[in-house]
Amino acid sequence: MTGDSLPAWASIIAAVLLVVGGLCTALGSLGLLRLPSFYARMHGPSMGNTLGLGCVLLASMLLASVTSGKAVVHEVLITVFVVTTSPITAMLLMQASVRRPKVPPAG
Amino acid sequence: MNGILDFAIGFAQLCFVLAMAFAAIRVLRGPRAQDRILALDTFYVNGMMTLLALGIRSGSTMYFDVALLIALFGFVGSIALSKFLLRGEAIEP
Amino acid sequence: MRDRKPWLLVVGLTLTWLLLAAQVSLTQLLLGMAVALLMVFRFRPVRPVQPRLRRPASAFRLLGRVTLDILRSNYNVARIVLGLTGGREIRPGFVDIPLKLRDPHGLATLSAIVTSTPGTVWANLSEDGSTLTLHVLDLTENQHWIDTIKQRYESLLMEIFE
Repeated sequence: MTGDSLPAWASIIAAVLLVVGGLCTALGSLGLLRLPSFYARMHGPSMGNTLGLGCVLLASMLLASVTSGKAVVHEVLITVFVVTTSPITAMLLMQASVRRPKVPPAG
Repeated sequence: MNGILDFAIGFAQLCFVLAMAFAAIRVLRGPRAQDRILALDTFYVNGMMTLLALGIRSGSTMYFDVALLIALFGFVGSIALSKFLLRGEAIEP
Repeated sequence: MRDRKPWLLVVGLTLTWLLLAAQVSLTQLLLGMAVALLMVFRFRPVRPVQPRLRRPASAFRLLGRVTLDILRSNYNVARIVLGLTGGREIRPGFVDIPLKLRDPHGLATLSAIVTSTPGTVWANLSEDGSTLTLHVLDLTENQHWIDTIKQRYESLLMEIFE
């Protein structure tokens, strides 16, 4: 049902945002797969967490607002939650991997 | 006009599914527990974005609530797992 | 009113309630405000440290800087992930940064900034709060990162919170 009566500018902006967000997320997760060590891998997913998620939420807000004719901003809540919670996960994981012994288990 | 948007949504969904696949491979491969937790964390964020793209496609706000819940519960899950790695127990007395 | 910060928190919680309800009506407004007031004043003993916003207007400058840096570092990390570094080996490593910022809210904001910028992760803050350890994906020179954190973020955060 997307965009039966969408103006051209809205769908073009939303399309660009979606493509950029998708690429960022995919590249971030590719980093999770490709980078050599755990500490380096920590940096991959934060691409998807910030720019990827931000672009998708902006596109969603734009399309919902244009379709319904009034400002729909409740996607901001997801941004707030993710921005406030992701440092905690990152810190705890960093601390855990700094303090755990280096020798990996067999297998 | 709608062709562009439909293509973009499809492309984004493809990217998110690919990202979920990468994260799933990292969960399976490890090699250490913190790698798996990080990958699981990435996995649910990507899943959340897939749901958001689905919500854009269908124009329904139902998916937004699901995405919000995934964000919150996924955070609690990752925290519990990494706290367990750090301390040996998730909830300390 | 000696301490007007609780009202800021009440307004914020009411806004969150309205966003969650996804509609603005008098019923929702009153309900949200009641819940927010109850939470703020019942739970005050649990959260004794109150933020002092000295110059809230600087927050917009900070937001602009952070957005710019997120875009730039996303580009850099994407190049590293794809292996487009011009044949140069990347060297991940830890950096120690001396901090003057002490306000807990400022530190929390700094950690959110550092974590949401790809390429840097918050690793540790020493017990006395004087040294911040960051993990950096592409560590070319330590001084560059120390300057970035101290001049771009810490000075503005101290302006806002202290």
